Amino acid sequence: MEEYITLAHGAGGRQTSELISGLFKKYFDNPYLTADDAAVLPAPAGKIAMTTDGFIVSPSDFPGGNIGKLSICGTVNDLSCMGAKPLYLTCSFVIEEGFPIAKLDKIAEAMAKTAAEAGVCMVAGDTKVAGKGQVDGVFITTTGVGQVLDGVSLSGASARPGDAVIVTGDVGRHGCAILLSRDSYGIEADVKSDCAPLWGTVKSMLDTTADIHVLRDATRGGVGTVLYEIAEQSGVGIRLEQTAVPVDPAVAGVCGMLGLEPLYLACEGRLVVFTPEKNAEKLLEVLKRGKYSAGAARIGTVTEEMAGRVVVRTSIGAETLLPPPGGELLPRIC
Amino acid sequence: MENKTAAEIVRSYSGAPLRIMEVCGTHTHAIFQYGIRKLLPPQINLISGPGCPVCVTETGFIDEALILALEKHAVICTFGDLVRVPGTKMNLAGSRAQGAEVRIVYSPLDACDYAAEHPDKEVVFLSVGFETTTPASCMAVRRAKEQGVKNFSLLTANKTMDNAYRVLKGSADAFLYPGHVSTITGTGIYDQLKDEGISGVVCGFTPDEILTALAVVLVKCPEGKPFAVNAYPRVVTAEGSPIARRMIAEIMEPCDDVWRGIGVIPGSGLQLNEAYREFDARVRFGIPKTPGRPNPACHCGEVLMGKIRPKDCPVFGKVCTPDHPIGACMVSSEGTCSAYYKYEL
Repeated sequence: MEEYITLAHGAGGRQTSELISGLFKKYFDNPYLTADDAAVLPAPAGKIAMTTDGFIVSPSDFPGGNIGKLSICGTVNDLSCMGAKPLYLTCSFVIEEGFPIAKLDKIAEAMAKTAAEAGVCMVAGDTKVAGKGQVDGVFITTTGVGQVLDGVSLSGASARPGDAVIVTGDVGRHGCAILLSRDSYGIEADVKSDCAPLWGTVKSMLDTTADIHVLRDATRGGVGTVLYEIAEQSGVGIRLEQTAVPVDPAVAGVCGMLGLEPLYLACEGRLVVFTPEKNAEKLLEVLKRGKYSAGAARIGTVTEEMAGRVVVRTSIGAETLLPPPGGELLPRIC
Repeated sequence: MENKTAAEIVRSYSGAPLRIMEVCGTHTHAIFQYGIRKLLPPQINLISGPGCPVCVTETGFIDEALILALEKHAVICTFGDLVRVPGTKMNLAGSRAQGAEVRIVYSPLDACDYAAEHPDKEVVFLSVGFETTTPASCMAVRRAKEQGVKNFSLLTANKTMDNAYRVLKGSADAFLYPGHVSTITGTGIYDQLKDEGISGVVCGFTPDEILTALAVVLVKCPEGKPFAVNAYPRVVTAEGSPIARRMIAEIMEPCDDVWRGIGVIPGSGLQLNEAYREFDARVRFGIPKTPGRPNPACHCGEVLMGKIRPKDCPVFGKVCTPDHPIGACMVSSEGTCSAYYKYEL
């Protein structure tokens, strides 16, 4: 195979077939992935959940993963947050002319590895090539279908006063890793993205109790944005304990230097869980034994008052508002 | 006197009403971030003064930057905060739509390096800041001179605090002196100010350090004599940083400067001196100092002097929000209005 993607690879002819059989099929092969126009699948019983996501992360390679791994995790996690076991994925590539094939190979490899871990099949795909400069490297869109577990009904509007708020690990790592990969700001820090497929984590929680009100994966905008979304959707307030929010020391250091709030940096492998108080302890026990949730922590409580707001109890016992999300993140001046 | 913690001293204060002014944007935000105001007894009025270097920079500075960007086609390198500060007609972010090249940098040295890598472009760094940030601008200019980078210049609005305290005398019973500025200046200036009847405490940035500084003020004020105390000895020494001060003196010289909301404070500005004037963007591009016109609805000046609180400004939170700022105090991440808007319960 050649070294670089050319327009011919997206034209639908010989080179496209070579790319598919030589690269994509190598990694994604399974009985459902045929040369037909569409995949024909057995319909799961009960309700299905379906979602789609586009991935344009820059740089496409970052500490802790690449755009391929991210494209699987993002969609798998969205399904998982509806209590749906991820079953099938499709993926669509738009690749820039001149993109190194070795790099594409690594991306597909990461997708296959992550899909296998999540237990999903890649059942259909598409490849387009755009001229040099018309797209930045590679953009990936994945669509996923999952089977909603019996008896599970999760919604952002279901948080109730008294609910415990749990986060499944330290916050802001993905956003911080990306920030440092783009422009080091002269800072050296060992920060790896937290990008991870979380169906296993969700399953372990739902196996413990079906009495979970809200599950949301914190992505763009971080945990802070999720908290404000849920507060708004459910018409409740949230009280956070500043000292209980887990932040990796390197992330805290970078945020301190750049004037950023870790709660508003993106995550890609973290869930925010709202559950009645009585379930909090046993859920935390289960989470702490999980591969991607060993750092789980209870960070707050849902309140009736201050609806729509997130109030922080600070390290000195005073109360302040977590500033609502919004606007660009800009580095501090002095 | 038995030993009490700073928090106990603050909470149990029952003396006369006091006005305490902080003059550091980072203090403004830290105080909010930790909810410190909520711990203060009602007769303590913690005022935010002109501590944000972006906020005290005149509207005209943005207008000058826009002339450089749009008419002189220079690449503008700037700290992020300046990008959305309103000029008379538009801000730097808005000028991108008209073809201006505006790059956010974390350090002025990055701007100098960019200029070295792009010799075909003129690169101007918007140099604002107090004593903490000024040495970095000086380093950038020195590097440009040493490496023969001819296409780099500074548009300066750097300022020093010394004379500002004198102008602000009477606005407060005591100051919380800026912790990081003090690492450069040392504490000698505060002893001088004490002799002139101005009191203050050098203050750090953790909740404990801020409470400690406040406690010192609450203990010393009732004694009735001017005072100067360093409550941030972990980082601030009496001599400060002679190296940084020497560098500033080698490259810049004091000048009169206009502070938004205050007017001219003699000797409070810094400009490139004779030996480095080739790096002065105003000289290089022939731009006169431009006064600019702030939005008539803007009350940033009064907020900066601590005369009114943001809530007293008629446009605060209504027309003027972080997404649509009328003035610098709302747009800067260190601005008083942005702090009140973001954090006020």
